[in-house]
Amino acid sequence: MQAAQETLSEDVVANNEFLSFTLGKEEYGIDILKVQEIRGYDAVTVLANTPEFIKGVINLRGIIVPIVDMRIKFNLGNVTYDELTVVIILNVAKRVVGMVVDGVSDVISLTSEQIKPAPEFGASLDTQYIMGLGTLDERMIILADIERLMTSNDMALVESAAA
Amino acid sequence: MAKTILAVDDSTSIRQMVAFTLKGAGYDVVEAVDGQDGLDKAKAKSINLILTDQNMPKMDGLTLIKSLRGLPQYKTTPILVLTTEAGDDMKSKGKAAGATGWLVKPFDPQKLLDVVKKVIG
Amino acid sequence: MTVDMSQFYQVFFEEVAEHLSAMESLLLGIDVSAPSIDDLNAVFRAAHSIKGGAGTFGFNDMTSVTHVLETLLDKLRKEELVLRNEMIDVFLQAGDVLKAQMEAHQNGGDVDENIVTDVCRKLEELSASNPAPAKPKKEKKKNKALAVPTTKKEVCRQIEFTPDAGAALDNLFVELANLGKLEIIESGADKVPPLWRLKLTAAATESELSDTFAFFVQPEKLHIQLFADALPEDEGYGFFVDIESPKVEEDPGYGFFTDIETPQAEVDPGYGFFTDIETPQAQPEPAAFERSPGRRASDNPILENVKTGRRDNDKVAVNSQADASTIRVNTDKVDLLINLVGELVITQAMLAQTAGKLDPVLHEHLLNGMGQLERNTRDLQESIMSIRMMPIGFVFSRFPRVVRDLANKLNKQIELKTVGEGTELDKGLIEKLSDPLTHLVRNSIDHGIESPDLRVAAGKDAKGTITLRAFHQGSNIIIEVKDNGAGLNRAKILGKAKERGLPVNDGMTDQEVWQLIFAPGFSTADVVTDVSGRGVGMDVVKRNIQEMGGQVEISSESGFGTTIAIRLPLTLAILDGMSISVGGQIFIIPLTFISESLQPSTKEIRTVSGQGTVVQVRGAYLPLVALHKVFGIATDITEPERGILVLLEADGKKVALFVDELVGQHQVVLKSLEANYRKVPYVSGATIMGDGRVAMILDVASLVRLNQEQGMHLRCA
Repeated sequence: MQAAQETLSEDVVANNEFLSFTLGKEEYGIDILKVQEIRGYDAVTVLANTPEFIKGVINLRGIIVPIVDMRIKFNLGNVTYDELTVVIILNVAKRVVGMVVDGVSDVISLTSEQIKPAPEFGASLDTQYIMGLGTLDERMIILADIERLMTSNDMALVESAAA
Repeated sequence: MAKTILAVDDSTSIRQMVAFTLKGAGYDVVEAVDGQDGLDKAKAKSINLILTDQNMPKMDGLTLIKSLRGLPQYKTTPILVLTTEAGDDMKSKGKAAGATGWLVKPFDPQKLLDVVKKVIG
Repeated sequence: MTVDMSQFYQVFFEEVAEHLSAMESLLLGIDVSAPSIDDLNAVFRAAHSIKGGAGTFGFNDMTSVTHVLETLLDKLRKEELVLRNEMIDVFLQAGDVLKAQMEAHQNGGDVDENIVTDVCRKLEELSASNPAPAKPKKEKKKNKALAVPTTKKEVCRQIEFTPDAGAALDNLFVELANLGKLEIIESGADKVPPLWRLKLTAAATESELSDTFAFFVQPEKLHIQLFADALPEDEGYGFFVDIESPKVEEDPGYGFFTDIETPQAEVDPGYGFFTDIETPQAQPEPAAFERSPGRRASDNPILENVKTGRRDNDKVAVNSQADASTIRVNTDKVDLLINLVGELVITQAMLAQTAGKLDPVLHEHLLNGMGQLERNTRDLQESIMSIRMMPIGFVFSRFPRVVRDLANKLNKQIELKTVGEGTELDKGLIEKLSDPLTHLVRNSIDHGIESPDLRVAAGKDAKGTITLRAFHQGSNIIIEVKDNGAGLNRAKILGKAKERGLPVNDGMTDQEVWQLIFAPGFSTADVVTDVSGRGVGMDVVKRNIQEMGGQVEISSESGFGTTIAIRLPLTLAILDGMSISVGGQIFIIPLTFISESLQPSTKEIRTVSGQGTVVQVRGAYLPLVALHKVFGIATDITEPERGILVLLEADGKKVALFVDELVGQHQVVLKSLEANYRKVPYVSGATIMGDGRVAMILDVASLVRLNQEQGMHLRCA
C-alpha cells in the first residue's frame, strides 16, 4: 500500500497542477488535466431508479452528461441548488461526467516535497481514492484520484463488470 | 513553377502513397483511377510526367500510353509504367506502346523519387 | 525523404477487403465444371492486386500467401490445370487467411501460423498436382515445350554455370545474345567459384544452348532450366545487362526505354536502367516464354483488347473500387456531421417553439423565414443521413459462402437466393445485422432445410432454397430469411417448453408458440450439432435486433417452410417518436411500437385478482403498465381514466402504457446515454428536446417484457 502510494505521488508530481474545491470543511485537489470546464448547475433530467447522489443527466452542447452530487455522496455540505452551485465537468476514462461540489477554490501547484502519502485517516473519501496529501501554507489538500473514483463501482456511473 | 505529374493507378492506397511522396518533394500531382480517367485528366491539364499502373479497369496502362502518344502535346512527355511485371514481355510491350521507362512494384517512396528526379529533375 | 507508410494502411486494408469479398463472390459463383476464363482472370487479378499492395506496404505475410495463391490461379486461367471443387475450397480458405492476416495488421493480434502454412501447402500441392508424374511441375513444362509443334517458339531459360578458367566470356555473351535476348542475373566475375546466372529468351533448344557453352564451360558445371522454375524472388526485380560490356548491373526494378542515363552509372540497389540494347532477334517480337508464376498471359498482340474487355469485368466484380466520382471519408467525420445536424434540428425546434408565441401578423417575415429554415434543416438532415446509408448487399454477400460451407458439411443441397440487395439502411445497422442474420441463415440450413432424401420423400425438390429478401416499408426496413424446409414443429416446441417448465398451454396461438424459440437456452434439435442446436443463439439474435430498435417476427407452415422477418428502423440516428409526459417529465416512445392511444372509461378498466389491472380494448384485455410506477415518479394522475393509455406492441405482445398526457409527435435525434453513463432500465437512449433539455426514450420491448417478468406489482393498482 505504502509503495503504491509512493508511485502515485510520482504521477502526481508529473502533473503538479491541481484544481482545488471544497466539500464541507474538507479541501480536495484533483488533476487539472482531468477538468474540462466549470459551470453552474442547470436543471437535470432525472433518471429513474438511481442512487440519490446521481442527480440525472444534462445536455452539454449535444452530449448527455451525468451529474453526481459529491455532497450527497459523502454526506457533506449543504445540499442546495442555486445560482452559486458549482459543477465541475470532468474528463475521466474517456467519459464526461459532472460533479457538484460546495465551491471551487483555485488552481494550485504543488512540488513533490509538498505532497505526502496519505495516512489511514478519517477523510470522507476512501483511502484507495486518495493519491496523497498536499500542504500549501496552512491548507491541507486531499489529492483525489478522481478517475479511479469516478469509474469505481461506488459511484455507479459505469456499467460494472459484474453486472 | 512546380512540375505536374499525373499518377494513374486503380489502387487508392498506392496512388495516395505516390501522390503524397511526390507532393512532399514539391511536385504537383494529378491523380487518376484508371486509364480513361488518366487520359481525360491529361487532356485537361498540361502534365510533365506520367506514372501509370499497367493493370487497371476501363483502360489499361498500355492503352493509355498509346492514346497519349497519339496526342500532339504528349508526343514526347516522359511516361513511366508502374508494374508488377518486370519481365521482358512487359518491357517490350511498354516500349512498343511508347513508354519512357518502367518501375517495378513494390517500390518505396525513395526509389520513386529517385526515378522521377532522373526523368524530370 | 521518409514517408510514413502507415498513413496509407487503412485505405489498403479497405481495398484488400473489397478484393477479398469480390474474390469470394466470384469463386462461389464459378461453375466448376466450366469455369469462365473471365472469372478466373478476375479472381487472379484480385489476388494480384492484394499482392502488389502488400508488397508496397510491407505486409510480407500477405505477399507470400497471395504469391502461392496467384501461382495456382495463374495455371488455372492459362488452362494448365483444370479447376476442381477442392481448389475452390482452398481458395476460400486462402481468402480467410488473408483476411485474418489483414485484420491482424489492422487491429493487432496473431494469425495461426499453422493455418497459414497449411493453406500455402495445399495451394502448392494443387499447383503441382497434375496428371504428370513425379516432379510434375518441371516435367510437365518441358514436355509441353517439346510437344508444341512450333518448336521455333522462344523459351525463357535460366542458365547457371561456372566457366572454365580463362574462358573468353565476352564472346560467349555475344553468341548467346545472337540467339536471343540475354540478361545476366548474377555475375560470377568477382566470385569464387565464379558462378554466373543468366536469363536467356531464345528459340534455341536446350542442346543447342549446351553446344554454345561447350567451349566455355564443362558440361557438369552447366545447368539449364526453364525460367519458370527459377527462384520466386526474381519476381519484382528485373536484371539487365549491357551486352557490349558484360559488366553486371543489378537491376533496381525500374528502367528507361530511352537513354536518359547510362545504365553502368547506376548502382543504387533496388532499381536500375533499361536501355536500348536489345539484340535484333529479341526486339521485334515479345518473347513467348514459359512464364514464372504470376506473370501475365500477355504474349500475343490480340491480348490488348482481351485485357481491356476483361478489365471491365473486374470492375463489375470489385464494384466498390475507387471511382473518380467517389471519395472515401472517415466515418467519424460523417458521424460528426450527423451530430451537428442533430444540433441544428434541436436549435431550429427551439427557435420554432419561441417564434410560435409571436404575433403572426407583426412578425410575418420572421415566421416565413422560420418555415424556410425548417424545410432547409429537414432537407439537410435527410441528405446527411443518406451518407451513412449502405445497400444491404454488403451483408448478404457473405451468405453464399456460409450456405455453401454449411450445406456441404451437412450433406444438404441448398440454393441461396437474394432479393433486394440494393435496399439501403444505416451503416451502423448493417454492421450489427451481420451476426444475427448469420445465425438465422445457419439455423435455416441446419434445422429448416431437410436432407435431400427427406425432401424427395415429401415430394419436394431435393434442393432446398433459402431466400434473403430486403425491402422498405415506411420508415422501416424488413429483412426476411425464408426457407422452404420443414417448418417449425408446433407440438415439438410446446413439448420442449413444457419440459423446461415454461408457462405454456395448448391454446396458445402459433405466433406465441413460435416466439418460444427465442427463450434463452431453447432448442428443439433432435441432435445437437456443432452448427446449431445448442440452444444458444435465438435469444441472442432477438436481443441484438431489439438493441437496434427492431423486432423479429416468425411465420411458419409445417411442410412448407419458415420465414423469419427482422423489422428495423432505417437509421439509428433519428427516430419518429411520440412525446408523453408523466409528473412533468417528458419521455419519448418510438412511433413504430405504438398502435394507438386512447382515453379509457372507468368501465373498461378491470382489476384482475385484486393485483393487476387490465384494460378492455375492442373485446381484448390488455395488461396495463403505469409509467409513473415503473420510474417511481410522483404524479397527480394515478387513475387511468384521467390519463391516457398508449397501446404498445412488441414481440407479438401488447400492453397499455398509462401516462399523464400526450405532448406531441417529433423526429428526435438519438443520443447515447451509455457514452458517459450506463444503461438505464426501460430506457433505450436519450434525446435533446426543443428547449435543450434531455428526454429519455422508452425501451418498449423491455416494458412489454416487464409486464410478464415482474408480474403485476408495477401495474396500476
